[in-house]
Amino acid sequence: MSLLDIDERLVDLADWIEFDRSPLTDIKHCGSCDVGLIEGGLSNQENLHVLQEFRQQCKIVVAVGACAINGGIPAMRNNHSLADCLRESYLTAPGTVNPQIPDDPEIPKLLSKVHPIQDAIKVDYFLPGCPPSADTIWYFLTELLAGREPLIQGSALRYD
Amino acid sequence: MTQSSNKITIDGRAVCFQPGQTIMEAATEASVYIPHLCHHPDYPPHGSCKVCTVKVDGRYLASCSEKAVDGMEVQNNCKDLKDLRRSITQLLFVDGNHYCPSCERSGNCQLQAIGYALEMQENHYTQLFPTRKVDASHPDIILDPDRCILCGLCVRASEAEGKNLFKIGGRGQNSYLSVCSDSGLLGDSSISVNDKAAQICPVGAILIRGEGFHIPIGERLYDHQQITSVGNCRPRYNHSTSNLTERKKREGPEHSKPINLTTGKHTNGK
Ligand code: SF4
Ligand code: FES
Repeated sequence: MSLLDIDERLVDLADWIEFDRSPLTDIKHCGSCDVGLIEGGLSNQENLHVLQEFRQQCKIVVAVGACAINGGIPAMRNNHSLADCLRESYLTAPGTVNPQIPDDPEIPKLLSKVHPIQDAIKVDYFLPGCPPSADTIWYFLTELLAGREPLIQGSALRYD
Repeated sequence: MTQSSNKITIDGRAVCFQPGQTIMEAATEASVYIPHLCHHPDYPPHGSCKVCTVKVDGRYLASCSEKAVDGMEVQNNCKDLKDLRRSITQLLFVDGNHYCPSCERSGNCQLQAIGYALEMQENHYTQLFPTRKVDASHPDIILDPDRCILCGLCVRASEAEGKNLFKIGGRGQNSYLSVCSDSGLLGDSSISVNDKAAQICPVGAILIRGEGFHIPIGERLYDHQQITSVGNCRPRYNHSTSNLTERKKREGPEHSKPINLTTGKHTNGK
């Protein structure tokens, strides 16, 4: 969603690219694409399927943001067992009403740990930042479109 | 046989040294920056992080612990070393749990700054996700071992202060930082915010409560400047009282001048 921060430059971008699956288009499956930008860590079974689909369909896969790159804040649950996390969130947390651990079959099963996406698929590029700034995203995409290898450096390189 | 002239070269530049000095010490005196994390001029070398690796006659050496020898030709700036140091930094990152967005030292952290300087885009290696426990037992100081890089600076600083508050136990991958108190907790030790040992941590493992956000994220030392040009400076506060409320009142600009950790001198904040 930080892609939207590039503001009016989105219009320029739209001249060069075509959106496939994205939070903007609400398309459920990823078609054949040149570039797949993935944000967020790998934390449940559905994430895993989506990642595999992206890898199959996209020529270039980019991990966007701290969570995709190293698991980020959600990976701080890795210090605890999944059972403890669920117990604390749904059963014992102060103010819990009608305590129960959600078990609807529609809800994707959580993995025991949160992983960087490159634990599951090959990642071609990394776009660090939490989130990466609009200028960094813009630089990255225009470099890629120009057929160059983007490298984030100087004060554009941020892990926070 | 030529007479010894006590000179080495670093990337071709002649640098003098006093007999007994390490390559790092000679470089620092000549204002040549060699990346480092566990080195501190006030304490004996620890040689643990290896970020200071240089190349001498085709061999890789830790410049903080290797003595300068007359005629040495030291390579410090080359692609080969940058790649190697980046890999070493990535190993330090995956060895702990380093989530910069959640860390109050972000922007003032030397590990992060070294990552920036080496253009490290990601961790590369498989993260180990070790399970370590935060020690919040002390009223003024927090120990978060998730971020500890086992540089041993708190150990050495505390030894020099005669308190011996920290030790590194275990071996190799099972090494860990321990607090020397009966319970193993910081709250039962004699550490105080005025101790060097409480202030020296290059990462966010030892934090002093209540001062983490004095300088907002985005305005911190390494947010706009590289560690290669400003070195290991970090704003320091005068902890002449351990009472936090009192301290907050006292903290003015004169207490937040960055101190160059390499020379110990105040810098101009630039
Ligand atoms: S707590 Fe900080 S100073 Fe002490 S060994 Fe760990 S990283 Fe070094
Ligand atoms: S600075 Fe030399 S090994 Fe750490």
